[in-house]
Amino acid sequence: MVKVLILRTSGTNCDFETEWAFNICGAKAERVHLLSIINGKKNINNYDILVIPGGFSYGDDLGAGKVFANEIKLKIWESIEIFKKSKKPIIGICNGFQVLVKAGIIPFWGKNSASLTWNNSGRYEDRWVYLKIESSLSPFFKNLPEIIRLPVAHAEGKFVVKDKITLNKIGKNKQIILKYVKPSGEISGYPYNPNGSQENIAGVCDESGLIIGLMPHPERALLSIHLPDWTRQKREKVFGYGYIILKNMVEYVS
Amino acid sequence: MKAKEIKIINLADKELMDLSKKGLLSLNLEEMKTIQTFFKNLERNPTDLEIETIAQTWSEHCFHKTFKSKILYKEIYNEDFSTEEIPSLFSLIKKSTEKISKKWCLSVFKDNAGIIEFDKNTAIAFKVETHNHPSALEPYGGAATGIGGVIRDILGVGLGAKPILNTDVFCFGPLDISFENLPADIFHPKRLFRGVVSGVRDYGNRMGIPTGNGAIIFDEGYIYNILVYCGTLGIMPKKYINKKVSVGDLIILIGGKTGKDGIHGATFSSANLEKNIPNSVVQIGDPITEKKMLDALLIARDKELISSITDCGAGGLSSAVGELAQDCGAKIFLEKVPLKYYGLEPWEIWLSESQERMVLSANKKNFLKLKKIFDNENVGYSCIGEFTNSGKLEIFHNKDIVGDIDLKFLFSGIPGTSLRANFTYIHQPDIFPENINFQEVLIQLLSHHNIASKEAVIRQYDHEVQSHTILKPLAGIDECGPLDAIVLRPMYDSNKGIVVSCGINPYYGEIDPYMMAGCCIEESLRNLVSVGGNVEKTAFLDNFCWGNINNENILGTLVRCVKGCHDFAIKYDIPFISGKDSLNNYYTVEKDTISIPGTLLISAVSIIEDVKKIVSSDFKEPDSFIYMLGITKDEMAGSHLYKVLNMKAGNVPQPNPEITLPLMKKIRYAINKGIIKACHDCSEGGFAVALSEMIIGGGYGANVDIEKLPKQTDKKISLLFSESQGRFIVEIDKDNSDAFKKIFSGAPFYCIGNTTPDFRLNIFFDKEKIIDIDGEKIKQVWTGALKW
Repeated sequence: MVKVLILRTSGTNCDFETEWAFNICGAKAERVHLLSIINGKKNINNYDILVIPGGFSYGDDLGAGKVFANEIKLKIWESIEIFKKSKKPIIGICNGFQVLVKAGIIPFWGKNSASLTWNNSGRYEDRWVYLKIESSLSPFFKNLPEIIRLPVAHAEGKFVVKDKITLNKIGKNKQIILKYVKPSGEISGYPYNPNGSQENIAGVCDESGLIIGLMPHPERALLSIHLPDWTRQKREKVFGYGYIILKNMVEYVS
Repeated sequence: MKAKEIKIINLADKELMDLSKKGLLSLNLEEMKTIQTFFKNLERNPTDLEIETIAQTWSEHCFHKTFKSKILYKEIYNEDFSTEEIPSLFSLIKKSTEKISKKWCLSVFKDNAGIIEFDKNTAIAFKVETHNHPSALEPYGGAATGIGGVIRDILGVGLGAKPILNTDVFCFGPLDISFENLPADIFHPKRLFRGVVSGVRDYGNRMGIPTGNGAIIFDEGYIYNILVYCGTLGIMPKKYINKKVSVGDLIILIGGKTGKDGIHGATFSSANLEKNIPNSVVQIGDPITEKKMLDALLIARDKELISSITDCGAGGLSSAVGELAQDCGAKIFLEKVPLKYYGLEPWEIWLSESQERMVLSANKKNFLKLKKIFDNENVGYSCIGEFTNSGKLEIFHNKDIVGDIDLKFLFSGIPGTSLRANFTYIHQPDIFPENINFQEVLIQLLSHHNIASKEAVIRQYDHEVQSHTILKPLAGIDECGPLDAIVLRPMYDSNKGIVVSCGINPYYGEIDPYMMAGCCIEESLRNLVSVGGNVEKTAFLDNFCWGNINNENILGTLVRCVKGCHDFAIKYDIPFISGKDSLNNYYTVEKDTISIPGTLLISAVSIIEDVKKIVSSDFKEPDSFIYMLGITKDEMAGSHLYKVLNMKAGNVPQPNPEITLPLMKKIRYAINKGIIKACHDCSEGGFAVALSEMIIGGGYGANVDIEKLPKQTDKKISLLFSESQGRFIVEIDKDNSDAFKKIFSGAPFYCIGNTTPDFRLNIFFDKEKIIDIDGEKIKQVWTGALKW
């Protein structure tokens, strides 16, 4: 059975539903506190998928995900490196995406080439967005329509890169996995792009495609009744788009 | 530092009152004299810690003196009057719950929250608190610690419940008031609004608890004193609903450190607001400390390591330890309390209301296991004493005894009071405005801040974390339509659900608080019935926020309101399971006191079998039938129409449980059968506003004839805007018309028109077209009025 590690710390708050989501997708998920990894009680490399879930790690003091990112860089970097070298998937959702980017894990290993910063609106916002599946290196976005819907809920989700060269590079490398769009698929501004991300980027992957980070929450779109307009639709479907993404990850490993 | 002796044994009456006032004790003369006599008999003066402990325990905020007092109540109508002696307001509310006697009520009016059954093994706990005074002084911190406090109530109910929903209801002054009309020492409503919303947002979001049901009222009556209601709902295994302290159990303090913040919070909250109150009475919040505590406590609970738990709220350690030790006794060593900084007096450590702290009791043999959990979760803790059988609180600081308080005196020594209260009926003549442009008035109503979309606020709250939220606060096309209630699916492996809604309307209370109680009760029920909630498994919370209850006439309105709660709870057969009062919400300017309008909030929670059967309020398709359920009458007093027109006249709406309760049961039946496609109740703004809201969410138009409404009036203005109770608008497939009529036979209903593909609102009175507005215009007015 695919073993999933949900890495949590003080202020993580999407760990229970992320655990549930991976279990529904056929994996065996386990919530583990960062301290247990640091003090050697648990080993990341005994698991097949590493998840950094959403929340407000350490209250997002010093910037969203920054403290957690430093903990990873300074205390468990070697284990993460082994995990990456074993070609096992890593996913960072919302706060987890912020952690991966600020730790220099994505988009480029060991480099701080991008960041997630304050929304253009200057405040936290919870809304459902339309997302276009980009053709990318990541193998986890198959069996989905071109446009999907997931919710975002964050204050610091605006994806920015260091310079034009980096932006071109992640584009050319096919490291952009999701873009915020209108229902028709066109690129557009607020509220369709909820935070003002460069190039409407909602998620990126590393150069292998196996480490992904995204602001939207697949675990909040697991069932069809999670969709905000499900009471307007025919009531037959059981699963939402989030289920397909996470299921793709689990199936990739197994 | 040692405790100081407070010399009271030989003080005269005036000196006693000076001491109470100067020390922010908020005790009256009779209470001061009772304390004096008690210590005279002991042949010693109290220490500062002792007198502070008594003051906070006996404070209105902690002891709810007014609600426990005997009241001689007089009702005056025209030349006539009647009198009645009420044993206490609290007993009156409890009496209704006892009479209704539902076996699924598991714990009512005794713990930190009310508990009802969810399923065979699971229970739901619900509590709503207020944090009015602190939020007026420091809106961000006051509101944040308000939500932080009620979350701890849920963590501290039984052996602890897991919070799964926060609710928020606020009352502010009008946002557009000019600075010239504002007293110099009062914050502008806009600042209070932004501060309070930001406080709830930052605390609730960081806790990982969805914020999903609420209301905001803007009115001149709340310029001086705002109201901030914060609620939390939790879920727990049924086996953990009871707590029991045993002699010899350790007293463990967990969570944040203790500082000088929030000292005198309880006593300050019991009095009125005025100039120059030190802002050290407001606490400082840190949600991540509370989140760590939450994580750790739920693990400890599930490993069955704790015997009892409660939160440090008003009164800090003194009330938390006092409550737990009430039936036995306790020894406490204050030097063991972790401090934020050096230099606190013993009484300050004991009374501080520093946030994010809870007190739990545990058998000594469990301590090492608890320590391991707390260390793993990076949570602060300290063992500060143990429970004894002395019947006393014995408090030490570095070996000095700083307090030795008899628990019987502390909890039962307060002199019983007897109050007087009067209520005078107001009769307002029926006057109807003439030459009204219905279309303009409807636009005015839709853009009124009380009615307009609260999207600017709602989107700042995480309403989906935990993935339980099945019906969100906004829905329909573009998620811009309003919803009547939130629906949660709290277990990952079951479709059983929880519906949460509320009812609040201070305008009816200005005329008759009895009917206000009935209308708030009914509104909360209509809201949950509209989505498919079950009135046969619903429980209520009451929250009374009132003005200067030292005034017999204001106390009279409170009594009348409580009587309404009692009577209508019985008539609708819905038990109250918990509640709270916040009194003396008034402001003193020179010699004048300005009280808030008496404001009752009813929060309702209902259990449903299948979340997949619920409906939302938005119209689903063009060419469906629109039916109106319930009777429209000339009930304009307290309506939002009259508020917009600045009129006071007419009758306040009267709930009719005999008609409405059976109707509500039929609606639930029809929703479960899939016959109703959309349902929305008529509340503020009446029929015309409710219909507009269904259009906004649906993206389809409506063509209706109000002459066909079931009614006891022929006045167009009443048909459009009266706020008569017990009314719902529903959308039905034309094919289901016969089935619908069969279900509702015997109830007041009529088909009034149909939905249209054209996004437009057309309202006729017989053949005369009286409203014709573009749907986009309605949507833009309603969604755009309340800005951040």
